[in-house]
Amino acid sequence: MLDSAAGSRRLGRPTRAGLVTLAGLVLLALLPPAMLALDQPFYISLGTRVVIYAIAAVSLDLILGYGGLVSFGHGAFVGAGAYVVGILFVHAQDGSPVLSWPVAIAGSEAALVAWPAAVVVSALLALAIGAICLRTRGVAFIMITLAFAQMLFFLFVSLPRYGGEDGISLWWRNTLPGVDLGDDVWFYYLCLALLVGFTLLCRRLVGSRFGRVLRAAKENERRLRALGVAPYPYQLTAFVIAGAGAGLAGALLANQTGFVSPSPLHWTSSGEIMVMVILGGLGTLVGPILGAAALLVLEETLSTYTSHWGLVLGPILILVVLTAKRGLYGWLAGRDRGDG
Amino acid sequence: MAGLRVEIEAMADPLLQAQGLVKRFGALTASDRLSLGVEVGELHALIGPNGAGKTTAIAQLAGELNPDQGAIRFAGQDVTNLPIERRCRLGLTRSYQITSLFRGFTALENVALAVQARAGHSFRFWRPAGRDRRLIEPAEALLDRLGLGGRAGIRAADLAHGEQRQLEIAMALATGPRLLLLDEPMAGMGPEESRAMVALLSRLKGEVSILLVEHDMDAVFALADRVTVLVYGRAIATGTPAAIRADPNVRAAYLGEEGA
Ligand SMILES: Nc1ncnc2c1ncn2[C@@H]1O[C@H](COP(=O)(O)OP(=O)(O)OP(=O)(O)O)[C@@H](O)[C@H]1O
Ligand SMILES: [Mg+2]
Repeated sequence: MLDSAAGSRRLGRPTRAGLVTLAGLVLLALLPPAMLALDQPFYISLGTRVVIYAIAAVSLDLILGYGGLVSFGHGAFVGAGAYVVGILFVHAQDGSPVLSWPVAIAGSEAALVAWPAAVVVSALLALAIGAICLRTRGVAFIMITLAFAQMLFFLFVSLPRYGGEDGISLWWRNTLPGVDLGDDVWFYYLCLALLVGFTLLCRRLVGSRFGRVLRAAKENERRLRALGVAPYPYQLTAFVIAGAGAGLAGALLANQTGFVSPSPLHWTSSGEIMVMVILGGLGTLVGPILGAAALLVLEETLSTYTSHWGLVLGPILILVVLTAKRGLYGWLAGRDRGDG
Repeated sequence: MAGLRVEIEAMADPLLQAQGLVKRFGALTASDRLSLGVEVGELHALIGPNGAGKTTAIAQLAGELNPDQGAIRFAGQDVTNLPIERRCRLGLTRSYQITSLFRGFTALENVALAVQARAGHSFRFWRPAGRDRRLIEPAEALLDRLGLGGRAGIRAADLAHGEQRQLEIAMALATGPRLLLLDEPMAGMGPEESRAMVALLSRLKGEVSILLVEHDMDAVFALADRVTVLVYGRAIATGTPAAIRADPNVRAAYLGEEGA
């Protein structure tokens, strides 16, 4: 559906979906100068959180929306990414090695070390977890992904070296040559650039042969096998890519909050990312970005009025899911993308 | 002894040979020591009353169901323990009695996916599959062949029933099979579409070997080189259409019932 819409469209006339995406991008790009002009710098940090969670939500959409894999443990990879940054930071502070055997690994505050490390570690974790979980289907898959994330949660709660429940405080952000990550505006734009890059990458992926197989496995796994394709290696690859994306989000989140704790590993965080995807629009990539923005902004506003904001948010969620087939994105972009 | 065996194998090495297949569902024996061979180039029909175990036989031959006993050889290789996707890549492809499509994909995308499956691994992450001529052109050719040329852009779920049946066959063909296992390809088709399907099958004869499950006796007797009759999971007779028509056991067990 997706690639035929793109394929049949000639250059020139913009689609409604394209306009929605463009408008969102312009809004995101203008946020810091607008907020500085209004003297509301707090909203830049909210915007940064939106952008970071959007990366996690887009990565979940890859396996949930396109692959039909209901992973309830996506927070595990966000948490892993954050902890990689945190652990490297701790060891850089006290000069002790992270690992001395079998390979020596020193701590680091450099973004060019810590962030790729976060991505790689999360990807490897996703490889291990995915290799096991993807042998199951349905409810078992949901429960086992959830169980892995909870296991990691309790693991880190019980590690006093890394702060246990209290987590790790980062005294300052990672360093990047030529960019002052400590500056909120710079950091925001870097996160935004990574979100755009990651979303474009996923767009390519879902339209490729790889993406076709991923979607086909969701539509009708039995028939896919009968055509000679075993879905497992493709689903596992998607799971790893999604884990890597979430790990990047985790690394950024650690830098944004200046703080690494087990909370992203908790199942409620995984649930929150899932809500972002469903609210924004499953299998749309842009939708989850909308979903992340909507959820975080709603949480923020509602929590200023009432501590029971969940009671307001719940019905809103149900309303959106019931009335819009593809979430907020479906509302804005229209159902039939082929007609623009 | 050894010499004789070699001679027999060289003489009569069928493309597909199932030997003594047994499949039980609880107390029910859906395949009862079923042996069946399909020669290269042959169109072999498998007929039998409802519930005789035809679909169960297809599922075992294709690799979707494991037989409780027995062995299956395909193209000179023991495939009894190969999963369906491996058998498909060897050239053994089935179609479904109950249409099984990618309902959210367009007709073209359905066939293109099958073309893609045949083209090797799909670890290709960058080029858009929707604009890949190597997928689209063979897929369009197959849609044309099945009379779906004008329906390429329609979602499979939105196609008429008969069109979905045609798409089902187009996908099976796109995998480049040496042997097609067709489970009631005409099920639920209108007379016009059925005629077109019979015409297609007769053109496919010689191009690809076919094991055809079908209830339409006129079609079976017009198309088949050989016919196997299945009753309660057992093959009670195999032979040319003429021999099968004349077989008193078959008449008693099956054809007679049909007429009654
Ligand atoms: N998965 C299963 N579990 C239990 N019983 C089954 C299963 N599949 C098939 N059967 C039974 O096995 C018998 C053979 O079924 P099968 O579908 O192979 O028959 P068929 O010859 O294809 O019939 P039809 O002409 O109606 O398509 C039937 O009695 C059916 O109810
Ligand atoms: Mg049947």
